[in-house]
Amino acid sequence: MKLDVNGQSAHVYTGGKPFDPALPCVVFIHGALHDHSVWTLLARWCAHHGHGVLALDLPGHGQSAGPVLPSVEATADWLLALLAAAGVQQPGQVTLVGHSMGSLIGLEAAGRAPALIGRLVMVGTAYPMKVSDALLNTARDAPLKAIDMVNAFSISTLAAKPGYPGPGMWLHGSNRALMRRTLAGPNATNSATGCAVNLFHHDFSICDAYAGGLDAAAKVTAKVTLVLGNADQMTPPRATRDIAAALKAKVVTLASGHSLPAEAPDEMLAALRGALA
Amino acid sequence: MPGYSDPGFDTLALHAGAVPDPTTGARATPIHLSTSFVFQSSEHAASLFNMERSGHVYSRISNPTTAVLEERIAALEGGAGAVATASGQAALHLAIATLAGAGHHIVASSALYGGSHNLLDYTLRRFGISTTFVQPADVDGWRAAIRPETRLLFGETLGNPGLDVLDIPTISAIAHDARLPLLVDSTFTPPWLLKPFDHGADLIFHSATKFLSGHGTVVGGLLVDSGAFDWAASFAETGRFPELSQPYDGFHGMVFSEESTVGAFLLRARREGLRDFGACMSPHTAWLILQGIETLPLRMARHVENTRKVVEMLAAHPMVSRVGYPELESHPSHALAKQLLPRGCGAVFSFDLKGSRTQGVAFIEALKIFSHLANVGDCRSLVIHPASTTHFRMDDAALARAGIGPGTIRLSIGLEDAADLIDDLKRALKVAEKAV
Repeated sequence: MKLDVNGQSAHVYTGGKPFDPALPCVVFIHGALHDHSVWTLLARWCAHHGHGVLALDLPGHGQSAGPVLPSVEATADWLLALLAAAGVQQPGQVTLVGHSMGSLIGLEAAGRAPALIGRLVMVGTAYPMKVSDALLNTARDAPLKAIDMVNAFSISTLAAKPGYPGPGMWLHGSNRALMRRTLAGPNATNSATGCAVNLFHHDFSICDAYAGGLDAAAKVTAKVTLVLGNADQMTPPRATRDIAAALKAKVVTLASGHSLPAEAPDEMLAALRGALA
Repeated sequence: MPGYSDPGFDTLALHAGAVPDPTTGARATPIHLSTSFVFQSSEHAASLFNMERSGHVYSRISNPTTAVLEERIAALEGGAGAVATASGQAALHLAIATLAGAGHHIVASSALYGGSHNLLDYTLRRFGISTTFVQPADVDGWRAAIRPETRLLFGETLGNPGLDVLDIPTISAIAHDARLPLLVDSTFTPPWLLKPFDHGADLIFHSATKFLSGHGTVVGGLLVDSGAFDWAASFAETGRFPELSQPYDGFHGMVFSEESTVGAFLLRARREGLRDFGACMSPHTAWLILQGIETLPLRMARHVENTRKVVEMLAAHPMVSRVGYPELESHPSHALAKQLLPRGCGAVFSFDLKGSRTQGVAFIEALKIFSHLANVGDCRSLVIHPASTTHFRMDDAALARAGIGPGTIRLSIGLEDAADLIDDLKRALKVAEKAV
């Protein structure tokens, strides 16, 4: 489904069913250099179990038009504009589910629209989400090398079962292919110059720069669940203590690395069902 | 387990896709010889069928043992995933049937395995899919053969039996300029020798019967997707591939490119091709191929080492008029081989005997270690006469286009002592010399 958000086309996957704005709404927000397809199993389950689903491609990612947005805060505003464009407006109607960078966008949006956001699920998250200079520089100077580094950091096993989105998929290869595809996408442009943007460096930079997490948490009224991977090297569980306390969040820890929706899809679904209950 | 990058090839050959069995602790991958898998509940069953969950339902579609093999070959090729099939021919058919239908067209190298040539030139024509064959080195010919109804470019990484090295970077660029994928048959070049995705190929298939299995015990195929080809973009620009980018009535109205940005082809191949055509791999076969892959790096190094010694002997032998191995400077693909195949050009090659057809027959029948049969990539050394066997349906003109002469002999060099192989060949050449 395409939505017009602030005059730009936004691509949204609706879980295999037409989107119904009257239903409880689950919004899936992907992480750095990803797109909606990291969520499709969970999104299909929600869409076929009584929810309206919006699994979005962030601006400049996947099939959504650019330009990319300069901060987590600006992307949160865009997300709320997308919900308005989709006709979602009932108090407490929305559950935001964000992975990694997407979890920060969800947190900021939940702080900006506490009446609308009834639940917040932060997957593979940390706050602050600092990125090492070495990784930032590699993402800037040698993004393909950085993709390989992040890929290895993000996946904790050489045998992720039962396979995402189905058996026979090699998670390391599919994640690398997705990140390369997103990096090479034509929509990642700078709003001021119109020039192509290194999306990997951009995404990591806005994660690294985001400093409003605790302020946002103070405004959040949603029921919050953190879903963490016990073998996560990108956002280690210990890096969530302060934000979890500030949000009074329920913490669910799974046997997984950072790529929880793909590495542990069944356990991730169980955690999401718990959060939605 | 991973560090700053994925593990190396030899580690992946042993570990990719497999961990100790969580139920039994079995270290080797168990053989799950079960047709079907119990649902936890009716809701669980429905969610599996509706692709709300990943998992195994019925072994024609997927199986835990077979899935380990699929992940492993994808890891070794640097792909996004794979589908295992009943044979290499089934893998080729699955690739084509997923992308093409009646009225569509393929551009293929003329230097193909005879079975592939039969499928493209005769059988698929009956189903409305036509093929234009071009010489693998004819770059302009590849480009000129593309039509609006073309859906695929296809060649063998090492053409059978002349070992023309496919110029994957150039041919893939031609394909991509036309928003088409390049499929390669990499059976002669398992990933220890060549990773076609690194050079621009989009899809790879193997007859896993050959080097991947390596022991001449089972028949199987593997179809691997790089995940790099953008099917939706091709549809948007050219109208091709609605099968992957538009709703499919045969599977819940699913748009495969929406469900998986990088796995659309594999989803459709499994959920349509395996489901409806049914050419799946047995879990027992998958297990045997896994056993073979575990020693692939060791075996390929020895295959190449032995082959180089045999090639050197034959190239200097007075009864041999030509040896078709790309590492020789005389081979037309020598420069490409140096670029794409630095670890070696495999262990299958052909040579031409000086003398008559009778002498060729005498040569083959005099061999004692080499087995005369229709296979390659066995740990044992093999020999065959293509004109009377694998390519016998081709007329002389087609044979010539494929680089095959009446006296061409194809060898597949095994893992025996190289000195014994050389002695066997020298003795048979002497017999042939006297069989005038």
